[in-house]
Amino acid sequence: MVVKYRFGNEAIAHGCLEAAVDTAFGYPGTPSSEILDTLRALPDRQFYVEWSVNEKVAFEQALASSWCGLRSMVTMKHVGLNVASDPLMTSSYTGVNGGFIIVSADDPFAHSSQNEQDSRIYAAFARIPCLDPSSVQEAHDMVRDGFALSEEFHLPVLFRPTTRICHSKSDVNLGDVIVSDRKASFEKDPRRYVTTPAHTRVLHKQLNEKQAALKKRLVELGYNRSEVRGKTGVITSGVAASYVREVLADSVSIAKIGAYPIDEKWLANFIQGHDRILVVEELAPVIEEVARQVAGGIPVFGKKSGHVPYEGELSPERVAQYVLAAGLLVKHEYPAVQQPAGLPVRPPILCAGCMHRAAMYAIKKVFRDGIFPSDIGCYTLGIQLGVVDTTICMGASITLASGMAKAGETHDIVCTIGDSTFLHTGIQGLINAVYNDANITVVILDNRITAMTGHQPNPTTGITAMGVERPAVSLEMICRSCGASFVETVSPSDLVQFTGVLKQAKARSGVKVIIAKHPCVITERRAKINRGQYMVDRDQCIGCKACVKFGCPAIELHSGLAQITDLCSGCGVCIQICPVSAISREVKE
Amino acid sequence: MSFDVLIVGIGGQGTVLTSNILGEACVIEGIPVRGAEAHGMAQRGGSVESQIRIGQEYGPLIAPGTADIIISLDLMEAARACHYLKEGGRIFTCREYVTPTTVFMQDFPAPDEQMLLSLIGDRKVTEIDAKKLAEDAGSILTLNTVMLGAASGCLPLKEQSLRDAISRTVPKKTIEMNLKAFDLGKTAGSVQ
Repeated sequence: MVVKYRFGNEAIAHGCLEAAVDTAFGYPGTPSSEILDTLRALPDRQFYVEWSVNEKVAFEQALASSWCGLRSMVTMKHVGLNVASDPLMTSSYTGVNGGFIIVSADDPFAHSSQNEQDSRIYAAFARIPCLDPSSVQEAHDMVRDGFALSEEFHLPVLFRPTTRICHSKSDVNLGDVIVSDRKASFEKDPRRYVTTPAHTRVLHKQLNEKQAALKKRLVELGYNRSEVRGKTGVITSGVAASYVREVLADSVSIAKIGAYPIDEKWLANFIQGHDRILVVEELAPVIEEVARQVAGGIPVFGKKSGHVPYEGELSPERVAQYVLAAGLLVKHEYPAVQQPAGLPVRPPILCAGCMHRAAMYAIKKVFRDGIFPSDIGCYTLGIQLGVVDTTICMGASITLASGMAKAGETHDIVCTIGDSTFLHTGIQGLINAVYNDANITVVILDNRITAMTGHQPNPTTGITAMGVERPAVSLEMICRSCGASFVETVSPSDLVQFTGVLKQAKARSGVKVIIAKHPCVITERRAKINRGQYMVDRDQCIGCKACVKFGCPAIELHSGLAQITDLCSGCGVCIQICPVSAISREVKE
Repeated sequence: MSFDVLIVGIGGQGTVLTSNILGEACVIEGIPVRGAEAHGMAQRGGSVESQIRIGQEYGPLIAPGTADIIISLDLMEAARACHYLKEGGRIFTCREYVTPTTVFMQDFPAPDEQMLLSLIGDRKVTEIDAKKLAEDAGSILTLNTVMLGAASGCLPLKEQSLRDAISRTVPKKTIEMNLKAFDLGKTAGSVQ
């Protein structure tokens, strides 16, 4: 055993190694991505790792591994589980052979997500065990031991870390890496693997019969434990449990829930030894619902009593406030301080030299009054350029566009979607739009990488998660085979040409597809492509701000005139925007 | 009670590396440590913060008004985060700041150094010419290590642990440069 300072997702990945994982699949999504990225970067990895095209595809492959007797895992963010929910809901019926862990990382406060859904509810829905870590060390241990739990009950195990686990760091005790010697072998058993009505009715009963033993076992294994210290008590879970431990007075009892389903008898026993109970958990009132069912006459405070919010993330000072409001005691109070007002915000922004900016700038120029459904990726930041009117879930740009067109919206509808998102769930929408003759323009922002989540490869990249070179898929051929007749591939770096293609699309009816193809500027930088930098001739600049409004972080305004900083990547788009040719390539002396 | 350090800056400046150095130094000394940071949407040139709690066994988050020190790689970000400082704490900040692109795009009035310092108010501040010192050390990329050096006298960690942690954490080719940056920062931080 060795103590290391580790990032949550690295510790989770190490837990998999200690459990001798055989296969790992996933689709990138913050805050889950670094688990698979850590595994794929291991120099001496002896197992299979795959970034799949979406979470459903990843889930089903991992499930197949487990059916073949291997220990497998699938990783995704919480909203990815929506995409994988179809196989999830029936995999609990069929059960698993090799340990199977589903990592679904929740994001309270939606730091980088479109909603704050709670994966614990999916686990209850599918009737599978859910592990809910409260620290990096516990996350590591739970993943390591979760494979055995999965094998004991022949059920998938849903592991649900949150952003403050995945993206926090801690000193962690790491164990030895074990290399698996399992061999894949699928044994046919139609009554289990073919879920016809006759078979599935039996499987459903079997699943239900597992629940009582499962609840008891989670207490035996120490996941759900309590410490009686007084006449009042707090029930808590996840990272909130660490805040509770930090702020709660020593005279208040604690029940810590690390796994679901909760044994009602055990929880009732804890509650009934107290006069007053507060439930502190992030997001949905999952524990609170059970606590209220079994509380008898004991008052239970929490979300339903208005003491703890349903939304957002918790923190030590917030937990202290809720504990006090519920009439329980804290160790110490926190000062009330205000953030200074009046500072300009500094939101995340597309990189200097990012071609999404050029593409979106041109779209706005050509389709001035257009409607712009968009999607999920770096380019969602195009909201700052006024070219993102909708973002709801992966792949929904094309379908919202065709839906608006079919609804009779008469403005030009131009949607944007990235290469990875298009392959994830965009293709079906395109087939549908073409077949049903929607009048829309689809711009695929193709930078050949899944950039936002940390540059994971996808089938347009030409390399797999294993590091093997493979022929990249042709987006152009995919779009043509979906039936689109207008498919043009062009780099937005040439604004004149790109604008010309947009104008052609505008003049036509039906589905027009434009593939705005240019590598991600971060990929270019890593490949050591150096195009020099650009500069503004301050004698020529008329201070019209055309380049400043473009929104490149390398362009600043000083004394009313434009100036280009060291952030410049040399993309050269701004020289095409300047109306007086005041920008030129910098000549190094 | 832990010794809580808030590190703030702009995505890409190296707040994460700085917090990794502190975490590594804690492991070297056998002190429990917790850290938290922003990823994903929060990168890409936006405001970023790393929280490091030296001697902490529970959660990674620092409550506003309780940080023992703030290390800031940008003066504007120091002003944005100054309410995290506890009474009697100290802010170590780079004297320079980057004006957000939104200011230019939306004609927002650009703040100046005096305005930023007035927002920080009567909190104790040590301003460091970190940009120049980083360049003296060999690269602007060592700005974070300069600032770590500047704050090092206030940290409950041995200087040798910090130096060893730097050597273990930064890219091999840049170890000497970062140690020099640390020393330049340390001198600048202690004379004030």
